[in-house]
Amino acid sequence: MRSQKRVRVLPEIPTASMADIAFLLIVFFLTSTSMNQDKGLSLYLPAMGESKEVAKKNICNVWINEADEVAIYEEDQLKPLAFAALKGEIERRLTENGKLIVSVKSERGATYRTFVNVLDELKLAGATRISIASPEK
Amino acid sequence: MKFYRKSKVDSVIPTASMADISFLLIIFFMVSTVFVRYRGLPVELPEAAKIEKLESRRNVTGIWIDRQGQLIVDDQPVPLDQVAKLFNDKMRDNPRLIVSVKGDEQAKFGLVSDVLEELRRAEALRVNFATDRERAE
Repeated sequence: MRSQKRVRVLPEIPTASMADIAFLLIVFFLTSTSMNQDKGLSLYLPAMGESKEVAKKNICNVWINEADEVAIYEEDQLKPLAFAALKGEIERRLTENGKLIVSVKSERGATYRTFVNVLDELKLAGATRISIASPEK
Repeated sequence: MKFYRKSKVDSVIPTASMADISFLLIIFFMVSTVFVRYRGLPVELPEAAKIEKLESRRNVTGIWIDRQGQLIVDDQPVPLDQVAKLFNDKMRDNPRLIVSVKGDEQAKFGLVSDVLEELRRAEALRVNFATDRERAE
């Protein structure tokens, strides 16, 4: 008796549509990915109860009032300063005294934008030691 | 005269490696994707020039402050006195947390200062003031 020879069929996974599936997934991830990073001005806050006594000559107080005007508090008086002049002034003081700590004190009514702009100017001037004083209530 | 007929070679773009390439891309996008979890508030961020990019989104939690003085964390409105407790819990989950303060540029500094004070109480000391596109110097 002649045995019937089986037809050998090679099992194959169809790969023709593999690329299509993969591209579909790519498109999904492309659209759901948000590439914009968080960016801004970084600052380390001092821990609670961590207050240091600093010599008066090493502190430069920058004040912002409710009308978003900038001033430097010195020798018990406020010296108003144009916003554009702030950077140069801080730069000058930093070269005079490398240990200078810039303290930003802002009134509660000042807008946040002014505060951020002042902070930005201080960073542009090269100040690394910046402190934020909490306003009086 | 006898003309040699050009041998017919089918021009075919090799598609066998297409799936491999696309899977590679998929893996890249899968790894780099962090899904946008929170929408936050539509705030207008202040502008700054000396901005830093935050390296990883995974460690960043945003706190939105709009011009009406509303605080939003994780898409939930949060009263001011709950901020410290909330971020205390968050710091326990991830001690490397960076808080991104997304304040509206018209927000009052008083509220921002209160939020900073609450963050200090929660020992969330790494703060980033989120800013928008770069400000012309």
